[in-house]
Amino acid sequence: MLQIRNYVKAASLDEAYELNQKKSNVIIGGMHWLKMSRKNVDTAIDLSGLGLNFIRETDDSFEIGAMTSLRQLETHEALNKYSCFAVRDAVKDIVGVQFRNTATIGGSIFGRYGFSDVLTVFMAMDSYVKLYKGGIAPLREYALRKADRDIVESIIVNKKPLKISYMAQRHARTDFPILTCAVSNLEGRWCAVLGARPLKAVFIEDKENLLGSKNTVTEEDTKKFGEYACGQTTYGSDLRGSADYRKQIAAVLIKRAALSAGKE
Amino acid sequence: MKLNFLLNRKNVSAEIEADSLLIDVLRNLGCYSVKRGCESSNCGLCTVFLNDMPVLSCSVLAARAEGQRVTTLEGLQGEAEDFGAFIADQGAEQCGFCNPGFMMNAIAMFRENPDPSDEEILSYLSGNLCRCSGYEGQLRGIRAYLDFKKSQKEGV
Repeated sequence: MLQIRNYVKAASLDEAYELNQKKSNVIIGGMHWLKMSRKNVDTAIDLSGLGLNFIRETDDSFEIGAMTSLRQLETHEALNKYSCFAVRDAVKDIVGVQFRNTATIGGSIFGRYGFSDVLTVFMAMDSYVKLYKGGIAPLREYALRKADRDIVESIIVNKKPLKISYMAQRHARTDFPILTCAVSNLEGRWCAVLGARPLKAVFIEDKENLLGSKNTVTEEDTKKFGEYACGQTTYGSDLRGSADYRKQIAAVLIKRAALSAGKE
Repeated sequence: MKLNFLLNRKNVSAEIEADSLLIDVLRNLGCYSVKRGCESSNCGLCTVFLNDMPVLSCSVLAARAEGQRVTTLEGLQGEAEDFGAFIADQGAEQCGFCNPGFMMNAIAMFRENPDPSDEEILSYLSGNLCRCSGYEGQLRGIRAYLDFKKSQKEGV
């Protein structure tokens, strides 16, 4: 059971950062995953008073504050219009509305969890992580880093020309996914992102140019891309599915998502 | 540490620990409608409103409620009675343990989307688990309640 000795609602990012340098302290996001741990936390650092709950749209980007809830992502009209509703599709089956009202994008991205729907969909867009000390890092690169003591301030998504579709396989609605998949065409370049393998999401480029550079695709091409892309990463086994099963599911999800993203 | 917040429109205070959960504070203050089911953020039994937004009180640090507005089913008796009768009419529940969390989230849905489709209802309430009577009766009850509200509005 999670134990916390002190609670501090940080008055500034500087205070939060200083507190977070101590290994026994922890930043709390929605606290759903953290609560399932048996950690002994000295000080829980709450960022909810720092104005990090926002989605700001400019002509060429969206900036999403770390404390923005998954429900806000799900219901944000402009973000979903830009992402062909892939952002909504990625979060809509995460437990329930009550859960998504408090789970945060910052918590999901910082955690780089092996089951994350959120990491998967944002990696398929031109996304960046704004860190308090570490500057701005591409999300695809940040996903590979080990956890450190910096603070995720916001996620930035550049509004490059995008076609995208998100699909996941679950045993039951609201359960953890067996596999997550986003396929996108970003500025004419196709890619697939596979998560919940059950390892954290990986980015797979269409290096063979199987889907071409056009926005529309044929079913035959998507099948080839699915077969190619599913072989570009590794899979693991857990109680939800074996590695072999995941690989087979991957080929199908990639094909379907590519077909959906590439429809007229 | 001392916690001050608005509970069902009344100012209350409670002595809490840094890791006290909102569910425990609310039950200690007499709100027994708030139930502990799974304690893993999955079942929806502990649903309360935090500033009118449904949240899982088993996963919210009580300290985060400082100065905020918390509503439990005890504070929504009017709305709950109205709607609860339609659920009972359908025999939609057996043990009733999931009922308070279900009622809270259904009320949140009615406020957010007064005219939901069946798919929207199932989607909004997917985080409220019922282990004995299933969801068909709940859906029928919600539909009957919404139809009644609609007919009232249209003066039929």
